[in-house]
Amino acid sequence: MFMRWFHELGSPPYFYRFAGRLIPWLGGLCLVLLVTGLYLGLIVAPSDYQQGESYRIIYIHVPSAWMSLFIYVVMAACGAIALIWRMKLAEVVAISSAPVGASFTFLALVTGSLWGKPMWGTWWVWDARLTSELLLLFLYLGVIALYSAIEDKRQAARAASILAIVGVVNIPLIHYSVEWWNTLHQGPTVTKFDAPSIDVRMLVPLLIMALAFKLFYIVNMLMRARCELLSRERNSRWVAELAEADHG
Amino acid sequence: MAEFFHMGGYAFYVWMSYGIAALVLVANLLAPRWQRRRLLDELARKARRSRRQQERAARNS
Repeated sequence: MFMRWFHELGSPPYFYRFAGRLIPWLGGLCLVLLVTGLYLGLIVAPSDYQQGESYRIIYIHVPSAWMSLFIYVVMAACGAIALIWRMKLAEVVAISSAPVGASFTFLALVTGSLWGKPMWGTWWVWDARLTSELLLLFLYLGVIALYSAIEDKRQAARAASILAIVGVVNIPLIHYSVEWWNTLHQGPTVTKFDAPSIDVRMLVPLLIMALAFKLFYIVNMLMRARCELLSRERNSRWVAELAEADHG
Repeated sequence: MAEFFHMGGYAFYVWMSYGIAALVLVANLLAPRWQRRRLLDELARKARRSRRQQERAARNS
């Protein structure tokens, strides 16, 4: 039963309809979480005893940074599936993840810079954490550029997948950079093995925002995947019928 | 209220962060919408054109 459903999901028209039905629900849930997270983070959470109100950038910065890594791993994993099993849908998911991933990486860098200026006294330092995150942005942009530069989309997806997989070495580098090298960037406070060293009233909105960003990624990836499927299957019957019905 | 927007003197850094984040997220939502609209319009135009060609061919034969 599940396997049949999974098999059907691999068919482009089925996935297109399924994603179309899923998007409003996930999008609504994302919006609710976003509003809750912002309310708890900006209004309810107390200010930090060292950083005052400036620490509230955390509710954008940290979820963005988490998502920048998470999306990259998803993209590379789908790229690997696409290379090994030649699954079209995996190609589409991988390539549809890249723009959102690049956006979250950009946000992590920019909000980090806006946080660094008042706290460290500088917008930017070439240390391990910041440099490896910048490299991640270039990897995302490289995947997008490579994919759009090759005419044949199946070949383009293969090339982009290989680049994405090679770039995975950067992920542990980013994660452990604050432990392996001396850096201005602080170490992890949430994912430590003992209890997180952060107040619960700050931790809860942070986790809610992270969940909201994750849902945003899923919704946006599905939206882009639908476009990509339409574009790739433009000569097929189901797309022709869809376009016709749309302009009926 | 004014105190809230003042953010303890860090208003610029905090609100810039939230503002840029909002812009980037909204842009991400608009891009695929526009792309889908453009694509469907283009496909519908092509379908109409090929239908007219077929009709003309049928009349001429």
